[in-house]
Amino acid sequence: MKNILLILRREYLVRIKKKSFWVMTLLMPILVSGFYALLFWGVFNSAEVQRVSIIDESGSFTQKFKDSEKVKFEYLNLPIDSALNRLNQKRTDIVAMIPKDIIEEPSGLKIYTGKGVGFEIQGKIERIIQNEIRNVKLSRAGIDQKILEDADVDVSSKVVVVSKEGEQKEQNTLASTVLGFIAVILMFSTVIGFGMQVMRGVIEEKTNRIIEVIISSVKPFELMMGKILGVGLVGLTQFTLWITLTFVLTTVSSSILPSQQIAKAAQEQMSEMPQKDKDKIVKKIEQTPSDASKVMAFIQSAKNLNIPLIIGCFLFYFIFGYLFYASVYGAIGSAVDNETDTQQFMFPIMLPLLAGYLIGLMTAGQTDNKLLFWASIIPFTSPITMMSRLPFGVEPWELILSMTLLVISTFGMVWIAAKIYRVGILMYGKKPTFKEIGKWLFYKG
Amino acid sequence: MNNILEVHNVVKHYSQHTALNDVSINIPKGVIFGLLGPNGAGKTSLIRIINQITGFDEGYVLFDGQKLSQKHIKEIGYLPEERGLYKKMKVGEQLLYLAQLKGLSEKQALEKLKEWFTKFDIKTWWTKNVEDLSKGMQQKIQFVATVLHEPQLIILDEPFSGFDPINADLIKNEILELKEKGSTIIFSTHRMESVEELCDHIALINKSEKVLDGPKSEIKERFKTNTYNIKYSGDLLTNSPDFEIINTEQIEDNFSSSTIKLNTGTPVNQLIRQIIDQVELRSFGENIPTMNDIFKMVVNESID
Repeated sequence: MKNILLILRREYLVRIKKKSFWVMTLLMPILVSGFYALLFWGVFNSAEVQRVSIIDESGSFTQKFKDSEKVKFEYLNLPIDSALNRLNQKRTDIVAMIPKDIIEEPSGLKIYTGKGVGFEIQGKIERIIQNEIRNVKLSRAGIDQKILEDADVDVSSKVVVVSKEGEQKEQNTLASTVLGFIAVILMFSTVIGFGMQVMRGVIEEKTNRIIEVIISSVKPFELMMGKILGVGLVGLTQFTLWITLTFVLTTVSSSILPSQQIAKAAQEQMSEMPQKDKDKIVKKIEQTPSDASKVMAFIQSAKNLNIPLIIGCFLFYFIFGYLFYASVYGAIGSAVDNETDTQQFMFPIMLPLLAGYLIGLMTAGQTDNKLLFWASIIPFTSPITMMSRLPFGVEPWELILSMTLLVISTFGMVWIAAKIYRVGILMYGKKPTFKEIGKWLFYKG
Repeated sequence: MNNILEVHNVVKHYSQHTALNDVSINIPKGVIFGLLGPNGAGKTSLIRIINQITGFDEGYVLFDGQKLSQKHIKEIGYLPEERGLYKKMKVGEQLLYLAQLKGLSEKQALEKLKEWFTKFDIKTWWTKNVEDLSKGMQQKIQFVATVLHEPQLIILDEPFSGFDPINADLIKNEILELKEKGSTIIFSTHRMESVEELCDHIALINKSEKVLDGPKSEIKERFKTNTYNIKYSGDLLTNSPDFEIINTEQIEDNFSSSTIKLNTGTPVNQLIRQIIDQVELRSFGENIPTMNDIFKMVVNESID
């Protein structure tokens, strides 16, 4: 036991001291929260103020375009050619040309621009015109403004999961899917990544020829376990740092940066609406079908997910999934002399991992899928596939069954790997076949 | 108990062949024990068994009178023939680590390392990566790692390979010093001149079996052929019943050199007396077989 700890410590420290470890550890959360920040920024903040010139030939839109933080409108009483000249001279960014017959022919709206127009601005101009045309047409048809407001209902739905005990939970399918995807991809890549590190470590000791010195001091099993646990601890350290840093960074970026932006965005939304809608908007802001509020709703529902349970399960499945596969990787490392010889053994090990990965991604959210169910129970694929199910909620008995099977088979795999390892590390020269490795299992100490 | 290690009737099978067949060897305390044999004879298998790296199928091994077990690991230091260190690890850290695996505390290891680093004058290497050292320097580090925990039994497999003559001498003196301090050394090598120089006892393994063992002087005595080499001027006649001349060659104008086999039972003095009657004797010496001769003789014999 003392030896395992000594070996674990060395394996851990050697890796923690590497620059690449810190680069990876720091870069990931920065990328993730950077992406998160970019999402906000892109939604709430376009690069610069856009100057939009309106040529209103119909004359129906006077005073309808209101300046906002990002867009300044001006009404031009010029022919289109001179307006376009202004565009060329960069005195304006966008020219919107509203033809005389816009109310009869709504597709006649033309937007001229020097460098392309943002989706948002185009949408904004269209929305204002659309609103106005509708109002005009409806009043022409003799419909009262009051009735209009009354008829303007919003239908939105919430998915509520009802458990057997009658407990009700709101669920956002998108948030669950995204979280499941992230967990599947992370599990898949880390199990392989850290498993490969174990394999390289074993090969390194073998090619260095230090192996004989070490196993004259400790048992091969102690060396193997020390290495697997040491590398695993590096993985856990990395996760802990990732989770902490991502949490800190996203909290910072979502609390400091966008809180004002969200308020501004909400104001802007309201300014476009008819005055009377404003009170309604305050209530509806989370359900209005604009980009900003979608993101907000997404984040809100992500918060409703059982994050501690998911993180806890992720760590559990990482620990045992990693132990399971790292011992296979360790055994492969012991059987070969160099990394190129590992090719033939890689395929059988990648197969279940890839299967788990693909099933997890492709059937995400299909709570009734039998393939997904079995893949999340069977130990070869369960560490990865279960990740895609967790955000949608998993029955406790299924989780317990899956975990129990995984723990039992992990011990079995470690036992088998130790038998191969013990013989393999002293074998040099010829590349072994599967048959020979099979024989090693039955060698006596 | 006079033997630090006793190997009794050990048999080791691999799937295809038998590596050791009923091998028994006793290694007395405080000697340098030469473990000899051609490549593939089974030396490494035996060494691995002593180091408990591999097990064996029959027989038993005693360490200092007790059945060899896990607790003896820290009493043994092993320098394998194929040796290596972690290339990317600092010399000091690496030695501390290896010493701790042998059961030393960090503090003990540090103290002992300081002594060795002073002794070898390599203090500046402490923070260097192993890969930045030359091969000879790495060998020195490896030697330190082998003996740092002051084991009772030190097993050295080809310890001089990779050393220049100066460093080889340095290591040789260390080995002798360790012996003086009471350690027993098993010395496995193909280099017969170092066996000649260092070993007190030897055992020769050939084709998985022990074919010869005992104190070196005894073995030499056993392999003596009762031949003498003389240099002289004049003519030596061969009509004596006491000896026969095996060969003669002219070395300089006036001198000849002959190998003479003395018939059993004849005292050496009688031979000399007969010779000096006939020729002008210049030198006289007994042909004592070298370890090299004995090695070849025994190994070739078993081939025939």
